[in-house]
This record gives sequence, structure tokens and C-alpha cells, in this order.
Amino acid sequence: MGGLIKSSIARKVAMALSGLFLVFFLLQHLTINITSVFSPDIFNELSHFMGTNPIVQFALQPVLIFGVIFHFIMGFVLELKNRNARAVKYAKYSGGANSSWMSRNMILSGIVILAFLGLHFYDFWVPEIVHKYVEFTPEDPTRYYHEMLEKFVSPVRTGIYILSFVFLALHLWHGFASSFQSVGFNNKFAIGATKFAKAFAIVVPIGFVIVAIVSHLTHNH
Amino acid sequence: MNLTLKIWRQKDAKSQGKIIDYPISGVEGDMSFLEMLDVLNEELIIKGEEPVVFDHDCREGICGACSLQINGEPHGPDRLVTTCQLHMRKFNDGDTIFIEPFRAKAFPVVKDLMVDRSAFDRIQHAGGYISVNTSGNTIDANAIPVNKGDADDAFAAATCIGCGACVAACKNASAMLFTSAKVSQYALLPQGQVEATDRVLAMVNQMDEEGFGNCTNTGACEIECPKGISLENIARMNREYLKASVKG
Repeated sequence: MGGLIKSSIARKVAMALSGLFLVFFLLQHLTINITSVFSPDIFNELSHFMGTNPIVQFALQPVLIFGVIFHFIMGFVLELKNRNARAVKYAKYSGGANSSWMSRNMILSGIVILAFLGLHFYDFWVPEIVHKYVEFTPEDPTRYYHEMLEKFVSPVRTGIYILSFVFLALHLWHGFASSFQSVGFNNKFAIGATKFAKAFAIVVPIGFVIVAIVSHLTHNH
Repeated sequence: MNLTLKIWRQKDAKSQGKIIDYPISGVEGDMSFLEMLDVLNEELIIKGEEPVVFDHDCREGICGACSLQINGEPHGPDRLVTTCQLHMRKFNDGDTIFIEPFRAKAFPVVKDLMVDRSAFDRIQHAGGYISVNTSGNTIDANAIPVNKGDADDAFAAATCIGCGACVAACKNASAMLFTSAKVSQYALLPQGQVEATDRVLAMVNQMDEEGFGNCTNTGACEIECPKGISLENIARMNREYLKASVKG
């Protein structure tokens, strides 16, 4: 993949655009999930639509999976190239004096999110694929809400999800705002866009945390 | 004040270097950092030891020769100054100070604290100029109207002295701030438009070939730059590059 996008700026723009695509997906994901807090029926209806609509299933879902894989492979490629660009490390390096922890540790927050995605696929995506395309279970538009609650019975599992959302917030805090700079957007309007991106980085993960906690508490009461 | 200096010593480009401790006393707050190293070198010479090699020239912050990674930051803890303008009053009696060369694969160590920064020259040679016919009919630059804001931004970009602090500060050893300043100072002016497409493609290509890392927008370069070169230049270079790539 490093060979496909040879220029450092092309890699940077590709990273930013795939990141922006994933940001858009996160918003859509949260919008559906948050309905579960207010109305199980609406959540079931939306989930059923997303789970059965052929455009979502066979066009958007493959694009999303490609976007995720592209983003993390490119992230690893960049990390390796960047480590190679400084063969001898500093004996003393004061990164905290000139940059944020989030900006210097995108690979760490990215790896945690990737590990979480593995768990999330195991929890939701794999059973969904088995349900629909292996066992060919008849469609039940009311199953989604209870299936989600089942996943949050364990406090440990709920805790892992919440911790992952914290790392998602750290990743978004730098990644979303810096994507504007990568695509060349840095003028007087970029200040407002950056503020929006920082707010997004806090609000969206908190939204997912609320869904996890409410699901956990709902099932256990 | 009395200090302990932990200095990177390396015999030549091929040798393995290491940090060596040097206690130094009688350092005055009004000394510049380089004057303090001059005192150390005098002492080393008197003792018959090899003096510490470091780059320096104008000693007034305009040539870009002095470098040094001081306590983990290029040009030390002060802002908007080069190492030659850094005063010892920024340190306290009893401090331990790490002094290392600017680290990057594209900046190989020549000896001790001196690194080869000719990679910057090659980036500049790739396109950091305008081709002007100087055979007697050159148009005075002042005859061409330039928007005041653009002129100011171009001047600000042109204040880059090419010291390499941006590369040294960047966790990825990226040279995007330097390259973008050189691209910007021409991209903003009418004289630079003729070769704009070729310039940005050639300079970015040379930057990549030199082995610098990829920019991840940490912003460390802007903070540590002794001339305050803005990250806006990198965004401008990204725009210029995308525009040039589409244009071919």
C-alpha cells in the first residue's frame, strides 16, 4: 500500500480522507445506537433497516470495511516509515513541551481501537453474518434491542467498551481536527472547524459510553 | 553556576557515539549557550582532550548554522530563539543539561554535535527558486502589484533560516515545515506562479527521497521553530501539491 501512494503528502491526504469517512460513519452509528436509550422500537426499526437493506449491506458495508482496513494499514505503514526516519533516538526527548500526548500517540490509541474492533466484530458483526447468511434464520425485526442488551450483561465487557471509547476520544481529539490541516484547510474558518472537531471528539464517545452504561443497567434491572 | 553537561560525542560519521558527562563551573547567566560550550572547549583543550565539535557561524540568530538538541528540544527551552541566542540564565545552578545533535536519518552526524544538513540544500535546489532573465531587461519586482496580506505571508515564510529545528522537534523527523516555507514564499507571489506546479512536485519529491518522515500534524515544528514559521505553510503546500498533481 505504501507503494501505491508514494508521496508523503498523498499518504497524508489519504489518511485524512479515510479518517473523515470513518468520522462520518461514527456519527451515523451513534445516531442509531442512541435511539436505544429512548425507544427500543425505533432502535429495532433502524437496525432492521440497516441489517436488511441491500444497498447498506452489499454496497456501503464493504466500503466501510475497506475504509477501516485502509486506515489502519496506512497508519502502520506511516508509523514504520516515521520510526525509520530517525534511526538513532534521542537520549532525552521532551515531546510534551511542544505537542499533545494525543498527537504523539495516535498509533497507541489506534491499536487499542483496532483491538476493540476485533471484539466488536466478534460480539456483533460475526453473529449477525452467521444469523443471516450461514444459519439463514428467519427475519425478526424485533430481535436487535434484546440482542444488544445481552452483550452488555457483563460489567467487564461493558468496562472494556467504555475504556475503548476513551481511547476513541483521544484518537479523534487529534485525528479529526488535524485532517483539516492535511487536506490543506487552514484559514480563519478552520478555527471554528477545529473547535467543532474537538467537541465531536468528546461528545460522540460520550454518546457511545451512555449507550453502553444504559444497556448494562437496563438488562440488570 | 555549576552544571553537568551530558554531551553526545561521536568520533566520525561511521563511529558509534555515546553520551559523556562534563562538569562545568563558573557559568554566567549572561553567557550564550555557545559561549558556555566555548568555555568547556577551552578547558578540554588545556587538558589535552578533543574539543566538542558543534556548528555555529553568525551567532546572532540569522544564519541557521547552530543547531543542538538541548534537554530534548531543538535550540533549548526558550522560544523563537536559536541556540546562539539562548542564554544560560534560562538554566539553574546544579542543572544537568543533555546536549545532542539534531537527530534524523536525513541529517547524518558528521562529528559530535555537527550534522550534515545538505538534504535541505538539495530540496531547495529541486525548485526553491524562480527563473528570471537577468540580461538587462529585468522588471523591477516593485513594479508588480502584490496583495499586502500575501506579501506579508510570503515574507514570514521567507524568514525560515533552514536550521532544521523542525525536523529535530518532529517525532517523525519530517521536513514539511521547512519545505512548505520554501514553497510558500514563492506560491504567494506572482513571480512564483510560472514554475509553481513543477516546484512543489519536485521539492516534495526531493524531500521524500532524502528519507524524512511523514508529517502527522503534531505541531511540534511550529512551536520549536526559532523564526515562528506557521503550520499554515504546510496546509498551503498540501493545497499546492494537490493542485499540481491534478494539473500534472
